[in-house]
Amino acid sequence: MSIPQLLVHDHEDNVGVVVVEDLKAGTEMICVVTADNSDFRLTAKADIPIGHKVALRALKAGDTVTKYGEDIGRMVGDAGIGEHVHTHNCKTKRW
Amino acid sequence: MALDFNNATVKAWRRENGRVGVRNHVLILPVDDISNAACEAVANNVKGTMAIPHAYGRLQFGEDLALHFRTIIGTGANPNVAAVVVIGIEPEWTKIIVDGIAKTGKPVMGFSIEQKGDFETIRAASWQAKEYVHWASELQKEDCPISELWISTKCGESDTTTGLSSCPTVGNMYDKLLPQGIYGCFGETSEITGAEHICEKRAATPEAAAKFKAIWQAYTDDVIFAHQTDDLSDSQPTKGNILGGLTTIEEKALGNLEKIGRTSTYIDAMGPAEAPSKGPGLYFMDSSSAAAECVTLMAAGGYVIHTFPTGQGNVVGNPIVPVIKISGNPRTLRTMSEHIDVDVTGVLTREMTIDQAGDSLIEMIIRTANGRMTCAEALGHREFSMTKLYRSA
Repeated sequence: MSIPQLLVHDHEDNVGVVVVEDLKAGTEMICVVTADNSDFRLTAKADIPIGHKVALRALKAGDTVTKYGEDIGRMVGDAGIGEHVHTHNCKTKRW
Repeated sequence: MALDFNNATVKAWRRENGRVGVRNHVLILPVDDISNAACEAVANNVKGTMAIPHAYGRLQFGEDLALHFRTIIGTGANPNVAAVVVIGIEPEWTKIIVDGIAKTGKPVMGFSIEQKGDFETIRAASWQAKEYVHWASELQKEDCPISELWISTKCGESDTTTGLSSCPTVGNMYDKLLPQGIYGCFGETSEITGAEHICEKRAATPEAAAKFKAIWQAYTDDVIFAHQTDDLSDSQPTKGNILGGLTTIEEKALGNLEKIGRTSTYIDAMGPAEAPSKGPGLYFMDSSSAAAECVTLMAAGGYVIHTFPTGQGNVVGNPIVPVIKISGNPRTLRTMSEHIDVDVTGVLTREMTIDQAGDSLIEMIIRTANGRMTCAEALGHREFSMTKLYRSA
């Protein structure tokens, strides 16, 4: 298999992590779930920097963001599938 | 084929108290900030010694003073140190440091500046330092089992790649070496926030879980809520973490905890710079998530090698403990490779398993213990930062 552009920790996760530099919008990404090395394809909807998160399904404001199979915060804006999830639309629930 | 470390040994120095050290420093150790200049003068006079200047040590009191003494004594007592010259402004606190280090059985001598001045103190201390250098430089290394190493960990300039690659690499190392009988240590109290419920479950006993929870709760109440501005004061995650893709403290904490592996459990939760007291195994240490402060505290606790995962590229080192940097971020390997000892970018490209990455770290730990200088050592990174609990009197 070619080198993946996106890694996902767990099947429950609704975000994955870009692991290559210079990812361009429109790229059909090879995505690997590290828990069992299964893979799927997803099209990036934006230029997303290495290390940053991508929505694996459509997320609405108020939705819980799940990574490592755990709650890492809530959406404070919407992100369509393949779009960028970061501080502009995701926040901790604690403060 | 997986490494067989069951019978692995390293060439290291066995100290008077039986502990194993992987470096052979002669330290010129200031008790307080105003003794830094004399210590640096002695280190300049006598090659092969090292002064460790720091910012505090006067007008401290209570638990803050106890932590200061514990940190300085622990630094001198660390098995990576062969002998110590201690210099303080006055004799009483100097003697407390000397007596604390002397319990290890290693050579240590104290000098105080009052009623002598810098010149006379530097002259006398330089003669002693020169004797220690001649003595220490003839100490021979011997074969020591890898199981006798004390290995700490803390990550820095984390990003999402650390949780995917370099932190689980350290966790894999612990899952393999803790059963061999090493001592391990993780900490970073603020950075457990968001995963404190998971950390609590990783305790080996209900007592250890309760101690961890009490430490974390006290930190949260007394520091974070007492001085809160916004989102952990806009400092956790750091700006560098956010640039690297980390969005919330929960996400950062979950990646951080990957460092304790899959099967390891901690047997005790300790205060800052405390030495572990319950035998071999993994310990939690109450500590800042700031790199230099945390590594300084763990070194003072007696750990002799530090494993340091980084994503965006932290450059920290320590005067007495080799800090091994591990990174899986290809951009960091492209732009800052002079700082990275173990390259685990293959984990992200799926060309390297976590098991293989863990083996490559263990191999680097063995090489480092045998004498390979780390990137931080080669680049002269000797950050030594005292943790201060509150204002001085």
